[in-house]
Formats: sequence, structure tokens, C-alpha cells
Amino acid sequence: MTAHRPGSAAPAEPGTGAERTSTSAPVHGTGTDDAAGGTTARPKRSGHGFLRYLVQRLLVTVGLLLGTTVIGFSLVQLAPGDPVAANLSDAALGNPAIVAAFEEKWGLDEPLPVQYVTYLGNLVQGDLGTSQRTGRPVLTELLDYVPATMEIAVPTLLISLVISIGLGLLSAIRNGGAADQTVRVFSLVGLSTPPFWLAILALYLFFFVLGVSPSGGRLSPQFSPPEPVTGLYTVDALLQGDVLLAWDAAQHAMLPILVLTLVTVATLTRFVRSALLEVLRKDYMLAARAKGLSSRVVLTKHLLRAGLLPILTIAGLTFASLLAGTVLVESIFSWPGLGSYAYESATALDRSAILGASLFIAAVYLGVNLVVDLLYGLADPRVRLT
Amino acid sequence: MGELLSMSGVGVSLPGLHRPVDVLKDVTLDVDPGEIVGIAGESGSGKSMTGRALLGLLPDGARVRGSIVFEGTDLAAGSGKAFRKVRGRRIAMVFQDSTAALHPMLTVGTQLTEHMRRHLGLGRRDANARAVQLMEQVRIPDPARALRSYPHQFSGGMRQRIAIAIALAAEPALLIADEPTTALDVTVQAGILRLFDRLVREMDLSIMFITHDLGVLAALANRTYVFYAGRVMETGPTEELLLRAQHPYTGALLSARPETADTGGEPVPLRPIPGQPATAASSPPGCPFHPRCPDRVAVCDQVTPPLVQVSATRVGTREAAHAAACHVHAPAAPVPVAVPAHREGAP
Repeated sequence: MTAHRPGSAAPAEPGTGAERTSTSAPVHGTGTDDAAGGTTARPKRSGHGFLRYLVQRLLVTVGLLLGTTVIGFSLVQLAPGDPVAANLSDAALGNPAIVAAFEEKWGLDEPLPVQYVTYLGNLVQGDLGTSQRTGRPVLTELLDYVPATMEIAVPTLLISLVISIGLGLLSAIRNGGAADQTVRVFSLVGLSTPPFWLAILALYLFFFVLGVSPSGGRLSPQFSPPEPVTGLYTVDALLQGDVLLAWDAAQHAMLPILVLTLVTVATLTRFVRSALLEVLRKDYMLAARAKGLSSRVVLTKHLLRAGLLPILTIAGLTFASLLAGTVLVESIFSWPGLGSYAYESATALDRSAILGASLFIAAVYLGVNLVVDLLYGLADPRVRLT
Repeated sequence: MGELLSMSGVGVSLPGLHRPVDVLKDVTLDVDPGEIVGIAGESGSGKSMTGRALLGLLPDGARVRGSIVFEGTDLAAGSGKAFRKVRGRRIAMVFQDSTAALHPMLTVGTQLTEHMRRHLGLGRRDANARAVQLMEQVRIPDPARALRSYPHQFSGGMRQRIAIAIALAAEPALLIADEPTTALDVTVQAGILRLFDRLVREMDLSIMFITHDLGVLAALANRTYVFYAGRVMETGPTEELLLRAQHPYTGALLSARPETADTGGEPVPLRPIPGQPATAASSPPGCPFHPRCPDRVAVCDQVTPPLVQVSATRVGTREAAHAAACHVHAPAAPVPVAVPAHREGAP
């Protein structure tokens, strides 16, 4: 029972003046009441707060994106290995004319700052360069690989969120009980299991033993991809009314989604649990119960509303890492996703492709963070003021 | 005499590391309609646990003994159903720190009407009208606008007024105010205290005012209970209790306050109470105050003294007893008002 909590001091300042005038006024007199000076105690304005917050966040995001290009560009230069050697065959390397032509084509003979400015100039026009490995524009390649990743990342995130909010809530309100222990053990096991091992196990079980699932790839050989609209095969197939194709695409996506969901749920549940436990300890939760509200209202309206914001942050980061960091799972399921693309580009020292992929992943992180920040601003009225 | 609340022989124990820990011991206390009753004590004296026990909101695993009769029903009997019926509706609570006790992401209007609509069965429009009325009653300027605002947009004092309005929304008969002014500036504090005083007179309301500051009670409470280590050490009409404190602990509390007496401007040195305060969990056998007591005698560390009446005064319509639990200053010769003495098991 502390006499004075730190949180109560700072925000109390603006209105205390009004309270002071109030104490000097008589209490029971008509007209001059104990808050007669209260006209100055009106709530602070926050009308355009959100718009200002939005602009501020946008500017910060653009700045960070620019910084990413500098770092990405420099790192590629620092990487050991010679792009010429990595991309030309031994025979071609023996021919100085071919080497010189290659260097000139990719601007490798220019000074670095010039290379960077050229790169940035192209970037602003939407030109990410051309892959040295495949000879195709990086942007076109990304547009092939990113939807494949989306097709497993989006369902994984949605399913994981539903499951882990449910389990985390159960675990938090039964803190220390049997349900909580079970959830925590499950979560720990999930966290300490390598995803690639889970992927191999799932493949063994569902493909080899049970035979209910395809072995990998996005489609069975007898099907050809649907007309690209969203790039998600399942959605595009449904859009053109081909249910069989959609079912085949969904079957192929199922195992990667299952494996990634298990891993994601293990992480998210732990986080949801601790976020909700923190809210449960707050005085306003006790106050809500003291008001005689039903426990359903207390849990959904009071607990989840306050607990969802930190969960939102971690969900955003989880989504971004699902887009970028599922190389091993993708390669086991022969899934042509962004992770595979980045990995293959890196091993080939394909500079434009590496830069393009990293920039895209950075942009996704920043974009997700921006969205989360904006949702924070909408959901928590206190954020807008800062 | 129609009492609103009558706690008798109430003990509360919480699950401890090895065995249950008693946080309240044998508390007997009553509140009449329209009365402000003060509860004073240091941290760990069990005064806040008393408030939470009345709402049935004790920590998980808590066990309650004795009876808590409120409006004719024993709340402590049964499985907690009786608590759910009165919680928020007949018994409401105001917390110490309004910053922490108001939900930061719900508007004042939502927090003010959600339980009101449930308990009083009001529609949205009626609830809003009543909300505006309540805001006026606790002197919040521009009520309509305040209802659309969030708690952080108000000053500490205004927030505490809002918390009081929320507590009063479902027309409770008893308001438990747990250190409601401790986190506020002294000047703001005075305004809130006057608000309580006015509300009791305007409404059909009793207040249990929990504080560590006896001085706050002097102007406010009709009667006061002094708690130490989970027990009632002394009780009586506030004025009588402050002027003729019988228990050495009450006396020590009074002289530990700055500016204790009218000394004509002469500074009075602070006299802290020597020794460590005992909590209900760590209290010694016998009288829990005996290790710090200047007046202790041989029996003090052996036998827990019962509350014994030393005088009776008329407060309003009732005969209010001044009683203390002290072998020296209130020996058990006259009529014991509460419970007979009993031995504490040696630890």
C-alpha cells in the first residue's frame, strides 16, 4: 500500500489549479459551488491529435526506409566474395573481355557513392534492378515469390492468433492451475522444438505414413497455376471458379501452415499469457469486479481491450518474421517463397536480388510497425498525445 | 436499532508459503445508515482487507470466518452468491489511486453507465441522463463533454470525483472509500472530503472511510475504528477517541502526526513510534502492540486483551461505545462489548 504511486503524479498537473480555486469556495452555497472555478478544468483537447500522430509516424517510417537502403547497400559491398566470380563460369572468367563487359553492365567500375545514388534513383522509380542470377527484374521475381509466402503466412497468423488468445486467456485467468500448467508445458515444448524437425515429422506422418497430404510444392503436377490476380493460388482458383484447383492448392498449403502454426502458437501463447496477467494485476480490473459486472464483461471489455495492444505488437512482428524467416520450412516443403528466394540470392551473391529482398522485408517490418502504431493510436487515447 | 452493516468476529486468512496467514482477526464492527465510519491504521493493519472482504473480492484462496451481516443477510455464509448480489449495487468502492482504478481505454461515460444499466435496468438514454446528473453531483464541469472524455484528460482530483460518481452510479447503501485522498494534494484532498460529507447528507448513503491519517477522520467520521495487526485496538465516537484516546497505540499514532496539538505556533518534534509495526501475519502473542508499548505489563505478552467499553456517548440516535483492547487502560472489569478474551496459540 504505497502512499503515492508514481503514475498519479505527472498527469495530475493540468487541473490542479482548478481544484485549488474550488477549495476556497464555500461548499453548500448556491451558485458558488466547490467546482465553480471548474471551467478551466475542461478535458484537454485532442481533436487533431490523431492526424498529427499519423503524419509523424509516416515521416519516421520513410526515414527508416531510407536508412535501410544505406545499410543494405553497404552490407552487400562488405560481403566477402567477388560478384564477378560468383556469377560467371570459370571459362568466362578466363576471358578479360567478358569480365570487363560484365563489370560495365552492372556498373561495378563506378565509385561506390555513385553506385548508391544510381541505385536509389532507380529505386524511386520502382526499379529494383535485374537479378544477375536469372536475368529477370528483381521486382518481377519478388511478385512471384511473395504471394507464395503470403499464402502460408496469412492463414498461419490468423489461426495462431485465435488459438493463442484463447489459450493465453485461459492460462492467465487460471494462473497456476492445471489448465495453466498444461498450456505452459505445451508452449515450452513448442518453443524448444526446431521448426525444420517438425516439418520433416509432419511430412513423414501425413505424406509417407498416412498418405493424406502431397509431398511439397504449391500444386500437383497435373494442375497449372490459375490466372494471377492476388497471386494466392487458392484465392485465384476460387475467383475463376475452379474448385478442384483451389482444393489442390489448399492441400499443398496445409502442412506448411500446420507446422508454422504450431511454432507460432507456442510463442504467441506465452506472450498473450504474460500480457494479460499484467493487466489482471491492475487496480482497474479489481475496480471493474467491484462494480459488480459479470465476469464475461470484465474479461472481454476490460481485460482484452487493455491486453490486446501489446498482443498486437507481437502479432505484427510475428507476421513480418513469418514472411522473412521461414527458409528451412519452405525448403523442406519445396515452397517457392520469399525465404527461399533470399537464401538462393545470398548464396549466389546476386546483389540486386539480395538488396531487393532485404529492402522488401525491411519495408514489411516498417509497414507492419506503422499499422500497429496507428492501431495503438486509435485504440489507446493516451498515445495520441505524445 | 437498524444497522446497515454488522461484522462480527470476522477473521480472514490468506494462503501463505507454509500455512494460512491471518490478515484479519476477530474484527467486530458496525455501520449505521447515514453514518461515516472511519477505519484508521498503518500499512498491513488489515484495513484494506476489511474493505475487500465486504465486497467478497479477497485474493484467491482466502478464507473468511465470522459473519458479515449486510441489510439483514449474512454475506459470508454460502458460496459467495450473496456477495455477487450486493457488489457494485448495494456496496461500492472507491480506490486510493484513481489513475490506476479507472480503465485508461474506456470513456468516462462507458465506465459510469455500464454497471448502472445492468443494476438499475436503465436504457441507454436514461443511463446517460443519470450519468450527467451524477457528474453534476460530484461537481464535474461540462458533464456531457466529460462523459465523452478519457480518464487521462482529467486532473487527479477530478479523476477521483469521477471514480466517486462511478461508485455511486448504482445507488449503493454503503460506500467503501479506501484511502481515497492519499494520492492527492492537500488542497484537492479538502475538496474531496467535503464532497463525501455532502453526499452522505444528500443521499441515503453510509461511508466506510479507510485511511492511515487520523487527522482526516477528525472532521469527517462519526465513529472511528483503529486497526493494528488485523485487530480493532480501539473504537468510539471520533472526537471522544481523539481527545481521550485510551489505547497506547492510538496515543502513539496521534503523537506521531506532525502538528499534533495546538501549541501556539511552537514547532512540536515528531515522535515516531519505536520498533517495527507488526502485521497481522507477524504479530506476537498477546497484545500485538506490546513490544512497542511504553505502558506494557506482564500479562500483555500472554493474553490478547478483549475490546472493553470505557464509556458511552450519544452520537445521533445511537449510543456509541468507546472501547479499547488494552489490559492497562481498559481492564476487563466492566462489560465487555465485543468478544471474550481468548488465548492466541503460541507460534
